[in-house]
Amino acid sequence: MSILVDETKKVIVQGVTGREGMARTQLMQRYGTRVVAGCTPGKGGQDVLGVPVYDTVMEAIAKLGPIDVSTIFVPAPLVKNAALEAIAAGIKLLVIVPDRVPIYDVLEIAAASREAGARFVGPNTLGLLSPGKAVFGMIGGSAASAKDWFLPGRVGVTSRSGGITSSIAYYLSRAGIGLSTIIHVGGDAIVGTDHPAIMELFEEDTDTDCVVMFGEIGTSQEERVADLIETGKFTKPLVAYIGGKGAQSGTRFSHAGAIIEGNRGTHDGKVKRLREVGATVVDDFGDIPDAVKSIIRPMDTAKIRITE
Amino acid sequence: MFQQVLNLARLHEYQGKQLLREAGFAVPKGQVVHAVGEVDAALTVSGLPAVVKAQAWTTSRAAQGAIAIVETAGEVSAAVARMLALKIGGFDVTEVLIEEKLDITREFYAGIVVDDANKTPIVIFSSIGGSGIEELARKYPRNVSKTPVDVRFGLREYEAREAVRRTGVTGSLQNELTKALLGLYRVARQWETRSAEINPLVLRSDGKLAACDCRITVDDNAVFRHPELKIEIAREFGRPPTALDKIAWNVEKDDYRGTFYFIEMARGYKKGEGYIGFHGAGGGGSMMSMDALVKRGYTIANFTDTSGNPPASKVYRAAKIILSQPNIDGYFGSGSGVASQEQFHSARGLVKAFWEENLSIPAVIRLGGNSEDKAIQILTDYTKQLPAPVEGYKKDDTADFCAQRMQKLLETARDRSAPRKMAMPVTPEFTAKDPYTFETPTGKVVLDHALCRECKTKSCIHSCVPQILKEQDGVVVLNISREDAKSGKCIECLACEVDCRVGGNAGGRVILPIPGLDEYRANIATGD
Repeated sequence: MSILVDETKKVIVQGVTGREGMARTQLMQRYGTRVVAGCTPGKGGQDVLGVPVYDTVMEAIAKLGPIDVSTIFVPAPLVKNAALEAIAAGIKLLVIVPDRVPIYDVLEIAAASREAGARFVGPNTLGLLSPGKAVFGMIGGSAASAKDWFLPGRVGVTSRSGGITSSIAYYLSRAGIGLSTIIHVGGDAIVGTDHPAIMELFEEDTDTDCVVMFGEIGTSQEERVADLIETGKFTKPLVAYIGGKGAQSGTRFSHAGAIIEGNRGTHDGKVKRLREVGATVVDDFGDIPDAVKSIIRPMDTAKIRITE
Repeated sequence: MFQQVLNLARLHEYQGKQLLREAGFAVPKGQVVHAVGEVDAALTVSGLPAVVKAQAWTTSRAAQGAIAIVETAGEVSAAVARMLALKIGGFDVTEVLIEEKLDITREFYAGIVVDDANKTPIVIFSSIGGSGIEELARKYPRNVSKTPVDVRFGLREYEAREAVRRTGVTGSLQNELTKALLGLYRVARQWETRSAEINPLVLRSDGKLAACDCRITVDDNAVFRHPELKIEIAREFGRPPTALDKIAWNVEKDDYRGTFYFIEMARGYKKGEGYIGFHGAGGGGSMMSMDALVKRGYTIANFTDTSGNPPASKVYRAAKIILSQPNIDGYFGSGSGVASQEQFHSARGLVKAFWEENLSIPAVIRLGGNSEDKAIQILTDYTKQLPAPVEGYKKDDTADFCAQRMQKLLETARDRSAPRKMAMPVTPEFTAKDPYTFETPTGKVVLDHALCRECKTKSCIHSCVPQILKEQDGVVVLNISREDAKSGKCIECLACEVDCRVGGNAGGRVILPIPGLDEYRANIATGD
């Protein structure tokens, strides 16, 4: 099993005719994702890589039947409308890739999705991937890379940094540790599905034995993960690394969420809190594979490589 | 509405008060001064006694001597002079607010912040002031209320009233504070603030409320919707932006293809002191890569991040801006190491910049991830003729190893003390005998058909990523309309320049202007 992502779910790509939409549609298709439709207002009737393009999400659903997932690749100022449209059309999982989406737009998307019982990942996310099954978003960039880098297995990865999602997953795979699902929750201050929400999903997933989390300064996500462990709502082994130790207070390095405001969200506070509840927090990023190996036995990687 | 230009989305106190005044809040009468000579005019507004407040982004101004309560004009001038000489957080104080001193009988706190756990705006109100509001909320839960707001409907009157009532306030004061919370929410929503706090919100002896101090930060990502704020750089810094920060932001501002961050982190250093131009990719990996350099004793001259699959043109401009720091000793590029973005775009952007600058400082670049083999080949093969070495690394090489390589190259580098000569003009002239030109989203392509005709390989046609070039009558032209090329079908991959120069007849050039950079370099050269 995997969390949120698999090869049976039907996917629409909003912004499919754009530079990113097109490139990542190809990635998803070639990796095994079931991309059934694309959407670009005003370009209905075209097709992109064999995927039919519709003017609206509603139109796509009227023609094709229910769609499970929307991956959104439109410019940031247009994201709110695209996301609200997908939610109104009944889609229950949105993957919002663009960076620079205004906070109040995200809050409106959050309110609408809460009411509709939908979930969104991002914004500012590379998405999520389950090795050998499917990818929603753009992890790996191309199908060839994604197949080459990530092996299937029983460790979950969740990260606030996109590049780090891939690098943890790659370094684990190289060490013979396969992955159940890897997810980039997004680098923004407000994200739809955060670390604590992911932990609850991994807790339920019978194919995940251990989770690796890349946290960062800023927000309360890592502290709330510690709360889940403390209250017995997350019981699987957790290996964590918290980035941003050297960052200056008040200055942002790329991730909107990675900013210390007042005394909240500090590196030391997060590390201390996670260790208190028994999580393994490594000080050196390169120590993650060994920390996981001490929990889970590596596999014979030659037997599980994904073939083209 | 603002006469002056706001540097950043994080507003100074007096700027925040301007927004509050517009929204109907009473604020102390006052004026900002930039020099002692402006004090007399400001005093006609504020009167005496007055409060003198350095405008700086810090929480403890009083402790740093940045706030003074004074009685006479002479004392005001002395306080202003002293504060204008202050450095707070390493940066000069340039603005001082002179305000009337209010007669205060009680203090409250009102704030609208965004709650990342509930994903809603949240109203925080305290009836016992707001110094250390989080600590207060823990210690005195009966005096501090927190109220989530449904962003689609806004704060309701009854919700605001309940927020005030719960803290023990009654009567007409409850009415006034309810109005104040509604007003503050309107400010937060209208200007899309990450946070809007009035601290303290005070009750004056005449029974009226006033916003005595405030901290308002507009959401960077929403700045484009508020041109009237005239915010120059929608980025959060711990200090005012530098000239180079502003040039970099102008590159990023309207270009939503990928993301480019630039922060100048050091100034006034000399060549040979170990300052490194840093060019990361991805926030998490960049922070780790900077740590790897710092561990080896180097200092980061600038933070740069180009990620989210930026076009080669954006990476090129980032590199040109980094290389506009004449005293950096090395160029270090490293992100997460396993990037999803096509790394050959970054490679071509770097190569074009390194060529134009005739790179004379060593560069170590980790371009691990998607298409890394091609990226490293472009980066290293195409830069062999440059005066300084350019090394490229992949996903199996750690940031730490790359930092070690940087150290090795710096130890053996020549040209260690003289400031680097920077190319002028920034975008070199290209005179084509028989130019064929078309516009791209942020620049233009010039193909010299005179050279093109002699070219046997026409390598640009094959290497053009979006495949928009074709051969016609022995030369290369667009196979799409000029309008389509300009509106984004040309993705500015730079292959028609970079690959043409290596595998063709050097007849292609992509002209990518960077507004303000020529003037900036000219000023550096003359020591301004």
